[in-house]
Amino acid sequence: MRIIPLVAKTGSPEGCDDDSGVVRKLDLPLTRREFLSGSGLLFGSLAAGSLLASLAPSAAWAVELKTLDEAQGATLMALGRVLYPHQKLPDAVYALLAKDLDAKAGASGDTAKLLADGLAWLDHTAGGSFRTASRKRRLEAVKSMEGTAFFNAVRGQCVTSLYDNDMAFAVFGYPGSAWEHGGYITRGFQDLKWLAAPPAEASPPPFF
Amino acid sequence: MATFDYSDDSVVVVIGSGAGGGTLGNELAQKGIKVVCLEAGKRQSSALFINDEWKSFSQLAWLDRRTTSGTWRIAKDFAGLPAWICKTVGGTTTHWAGASLRLQEHEFRARTVYGEVAGANLLDWPLTLAELEPWYAKAEDKMGVTRTNGIPGLPGNNNFKVLYSGATRLGYKEVHTGRMAINSQPRDGRGRCMQLGFCFQGCKSGAKWSTLYTEIPKAEATGNFELRTGAHVTRIEHNDAGKVSGVVYVDQDGKEQRQKARIVCVAGNSIETPRLLLLSESSKFRDGLANSSGQVGRNYMRHMTGSVYAAFRQPVHMYRGTTMAGIVRDEAGHNPQRGFAGGYELETLSLGIPFMAAFLNPGGWGEDFAWWMDHYTHLAGMWLVGEDMPRATNCVTLNREVKDQWGNPVPNVHFDDHPNDVAMRNHAFTQGERIYQAAGAIRTFRTPPYPSTHNLGTCRMSSREGDGVVNKWGQTHDIGNLFISDGSQFTSGGAENPTLTIVTLAIRQADYIARQMSEHAI
Repeated sequence: MRIIPLVAKTGSPEGCDDDSGVVRKLDLPLTRREFLSGSGLLFGSLAAGSLLASLAPSAAWAVELKTLDEAQGATLMALGRVLYPHQKLPDAVYALLAKDLDAKAGASGDTAKLLADGLAWLDHTAGGSFRTASRKRRLEAVKSMEGTAFFNAVRGQCVTSLYDNDMAFAVFGYPGSAWEHGGYITRGFQDLKWLAAPPAEASPPPFF
Repeated sequence: MATFDYSDDSVVVVIGSGAGGGTLGNELAQKGIKVVCLEAGKRQSSALFINDEWKSFSQLAWLDRRTTSGTWRIAKDFAGLPAWICKTVGGTTTHWAGASLRLQEHEFRARTVYGEVAGANLLDWPLTLAELEPWYAKAEDKMGVTRTNGIPGLPGNNNFKVLYSGATRLGYKEVHTGRMAINSQPRDGRGRCMQLGFCFQGCKSGAKWSTLYTEIPKAEATGNFELRTGAHVTRIEHNDAGKVSGVVYVDQDGKEQRQKARIVCVAGNSIETPRLLLLSESSKFRDGLANSSGQVGRNYMRHMTGSVYAAFRQPVHMYRGTTMAGIVRDEAGHNPQRGFAGGYELETLSLGIPFMAAFLNPGGWGEDFAWWMDHYTHLAGMWLVGEDMPRATNCVTLNREVKDQWGNPVPNVHFDDHPNDVAMRNHAFTQGERIYQAAGAIRTFRTPPYPSTHNLGTCRMSSREGDGVVNKWGQTHDIGNLFISDGSQFTSGGAENPTLTIVTLAIRQADYIARQMSEHAI
């Protein structure tokens, strides 16, 4: 599988769209990185030829952090992958977790400290670096923190950050809103063929 | 639309515009009675509804602070969200799925039929099914319920096909696409269901009955009905004679207003209704209004619920079409040989990816959770809903430690599952799993109850004054011109989705109020 490299483009840097989660066309010249005011940057690219790459305006994505640093952001992404391990979900989705928690850290010093302490503890428990630890060791480290305020904060954020965005919808095969397409009355609401159709008294034909 | 003066003490004030309040307000207005309807939420429309689960939740759900206690799992998973109900014009009829089933004859006589159940506070209704049948018929006609009044059933979607196949292979007989207040063909100026798949988020085609676009505009057209939105009632006032005289509310601009009234009808759903009676405590009524029995807020019921999801080798796409697309009724009766009193229904249900992540297994994580999400397109789902036991200790009380945005104590909802609820849930989980296994499921999953949408019983009907809060008309035992007009009136829960019965009681109550007014009894 070929990976599209991050290439310089013109315009101002933007992250993922807050509302839709759509990865916007990213204009991210690495050479101008010093102009970014944030504390860290997470970036990557969607696999070429993948469903998502065909949907996104650009295969390249980046998330700018304001409060957390890059290592903390990357560790949160790795933690997200242990909590909700979806091979088909790209890193760009897990970066949304870091982005949303970064925003919360920016809004609350207590949250910033909770995250910083929790991430440090994760690294410590995993033998120095959570990100580079073995799969088994990462899982053990996360299990040891289950039920803590840090764990609950990150896991709770995963529910919306990972699953409420267009990339996740596409990966899991959920089309979202359908009324603008006329619903499913003519688009397969009863197209299941591997079971016999119920009789008309149980399920009358649709009205047209 | 009419407007009435704050000092007009001839109006009937209806608090809430959902299944109870919206229906009652329209029925009264049609009879020429002046109604001021106070709705805490804003007015949306089919055009404004958002078919996105979290955004819609923000638009429609009641999100004011609430607290929880008790051993129910909700208190741990959703501590601040005991109920999934709405704060908007139309109330929870914007969100409901449309299932419209009559209560069964024996369910009105729960205490007699089930006998003494330890730890339960069972009571017979002061009503019979025979008494209610003509009113049920009016409600079914009003709401356009399928499989009544010559209205055909809805076409079943893929999720229903799976349910039907498994249930009939298991030997269940009464399996069909339900009695639904969703148009299967155009009726009452509304079109037929387009199978949008977002019944819970407000029906964008208007095929599903909601007071928002049926009862309320019809009431407004009479010239006897004024709807005030963003009007959050904080207190019901009374006079020296002990009759209610009006209500105090915070208006949409945050200003306190006082509306005089001849009669007050409370329909704020079974958490806010008892809370408002309790908040209205006075030197004359120290335990809150209409609470001489001590039953206000008690006997809180939420139905026995749970869900079963199943994964199949081939796709289902359960999200396509009506959310509650079909039903199995064979377990709805009372058959104590199963090890519990009362019965339950099995109804299809579907969630989108965002709510599946939130509700499939709250607090869950890891490989197994991810497996279920990865198989989303191959899942079928059903909801289990059955009768739960009323308990005096399951109650809505004022939490004086926590205040809402207006400085008033928030409601605390305390709930402990009764052993009967647990036994019924386990039976229903097992049968739900067997249905899907019979249809070829490769795995099944038991999803615990969501925050409650069926909230019942906190101002229950009773023939004796000491046993409940209201009489068979919803009129409070203590105060003749104070009525309860929502599911709080239910003496027991029955197995069926409650909206049809709430609407039925509201139509009947309107006739009673009109009669009492013309006789100058109130």
